[in-house]
Amino acid sequence: MKKIIATLILLVFTFYVYNTIKGFKFGHDFIGAKTQNKTISKKIEPAGKHYLENNKLENNSANVITSIVVSYRGFDTLGEVTVLFLAATGLGVILTIVRKEDDDEESSEREPSLIVKTAARILFPLIFLFGVYVFIHGHLTPGGGFQGGTIIATAYLMMFLSYSNFKINHTIFKSIESLSGLTFITIGLVGLLGFGMFLKLDLIPMGVFNSLFSAGLIPVVYIIVGFKVGSELTAVVDSYRENW
Amino acid sequence: MVLMLLQIFLIALMLIAAIFTVVYKDLMNSVIVSGFISLVASLLFYFLQAPDVALTEAAIGTGLTTYIFVLTIRKTERMEK
Amino acid sequence: MNWIETVYNYSYFVGAFGLIMIGLYAVMVKTNLIKILIGINLIDVGVNIFLVSLGYIKGKGAPIFSSAKINPANVIDPIPQALVLTAIVIGLAVTALSLSVIIKLYGHYKTLDISKIREMRW
Repeated sequence: MKKIIATLILLVFTFYVYNTIKGFKFGHDFIGAKTQNKTISKKIEPAGKHYLENNKLENNSANVITSIVVSYRGFDTLGEVTVLFLAATGLGVILTIVRKEDDDEESSEREPSLIVKTAARILFPLIFLFGVYVFIHGHLTPGGGFQGGTIIATAYLMMFLSYSNFKINHTIFKSIESLSGLTFITIGLVGLLGFGMFLKLDLIPMGVFNSLFSAGLIPVVYIIVGFKVGSELTAVVDSYRENW
Repeated sequence: MVLMLLQIFLIALMLIAAIFTVVYKDLMNSVIVSGFISLVASLLFYFLQAPDVALTEAAIGTGLTTYIFVLTIRKTERMEK
Repeated sequence: MNWIETVYNYSYFVGAFGLIMIGLYAVMVKTNLIKILIGINLIDVGVNIFLVSLGYIKGKGAPIFSSAKINPANVIDPIPQALVLTAIVIGLAVTALSLSVIIKLYGHYKTLDISKIREMRW
C-alpha cells in the first residue's frame, strides 16, 4: 500500500521535473547570461563574470573560488562555521550521556596485524603534512581550509582504525577549535569596527600575484579555518568510539 | 568522444548502485555501496572541472560518513528485517 | 554518432534527479531508521551533482589562474562550486547529529523500526 502511493507521488514529481529540465541546455553559457538581451537600458552581467573579472584587482588571489568563499561570500562561511560548531557541541552532549549507561562489552575481537600498524604509523605524519600543505596554499592551488581540515581528520581516522586503544586528548582539541573560531570572528570584527566593512582583507599588503605572500588576509583566515575544521571533525569522529 | 562515453557509463553505474543501496537487507552492504556512490560522484566532479569540490566530497563522503555509519551499526542492529 | 551527443547532454540531469528520486523513495517507504538516513545522504549527493553541473561550459577550464596564459574569458562559472563546498560540509554535520540521536533512541526503545516506536507512544 505504501509502495503504490510512493510510486504515484514519484511519477507526479517526474512529470514536473521533466517540464523544468526540457529548457536547460547542458554546458552552454553562464547561468544569468540570457538576461542581457531582455533589459532595455541597464546592462546586467552574470555574477560569475563579475567575480572573474574583478578578482585580480580587488583580491589578488589566483584561486577564484577561495576569494569567493572568504571575501565575496564571507557570511556564508561564517554560517557554516557556526553550524559545524553546533553539531560538534551537540554530539559531545548527547553521546556522553549514553556512554555512562553502557556496560562493558568485549573491547575488541581482533587487533589489526603488524603490517597495518607499522604502515599507519609511517603514513600518519605524511598525510598530516599534506593536509597542512593544502590549507596553507589555499589561494594558489585547489584546496583551502575545509579541504585541508578534512584531510587531517582522515589521518586521525587511519590511526583510529589501526590501534584499538589510541586516545586523543579532548581538552586540547576543544580548546584549539574554540580559539580558532574566536580568532576568526575577531578578525572580522576588527574590520567592522575600525574600517566599516566586516572582514576587510586589505589590512596586510596585497603582494605579487601568484606568490605565497599575496592576497592580503585570505591565507591567514584560511589557516585559522583549517585548524578549526580539522580539530572539529576529529572530535566528531572520536565521539562514536567506546573507550574514551 | 571517449570521455563522453566514460561519463555516461559512470552515471549509469551510480544509478544502479543507488538501487542496490535501497534493496539490500544487510545494513553493512548498504553503507559500503553508499560510500562507493560518493567516490564516483567525486570522480564526476573532476570531469566537471571542479577540483575543490572533488577534494571535499572524496574526503567527507567516502571516508568520514562511512566510518560513522559503521560505528553506529555496530552499536545497534545489523540486519534490517 | 550523433545520438551519443544527445544522450550526453541530458545524462547529468537524469543522473542527479534519479539519485534524488531513489533517495526520496527510501525515505518514504522504508521503516528502518538507518535506511532512512542513507536515503537522506543520497538526496544530498544528488543535489550537489545537479548544482555543479549547472555551472559547466563546454570547452572551458577550471577557474584557477595558476599560469599567466589563462584568460578570464576561458573559464567556467565559479559560483556553484563555492556554494556546493558549504553544502557538503553541512550535510556531514546533519548526518553526524542524526546518528547520535539514533543511538540514543535505540538505547531507550531497543528497536530501530519506526512503526513500532510510534506504537509504543500510546
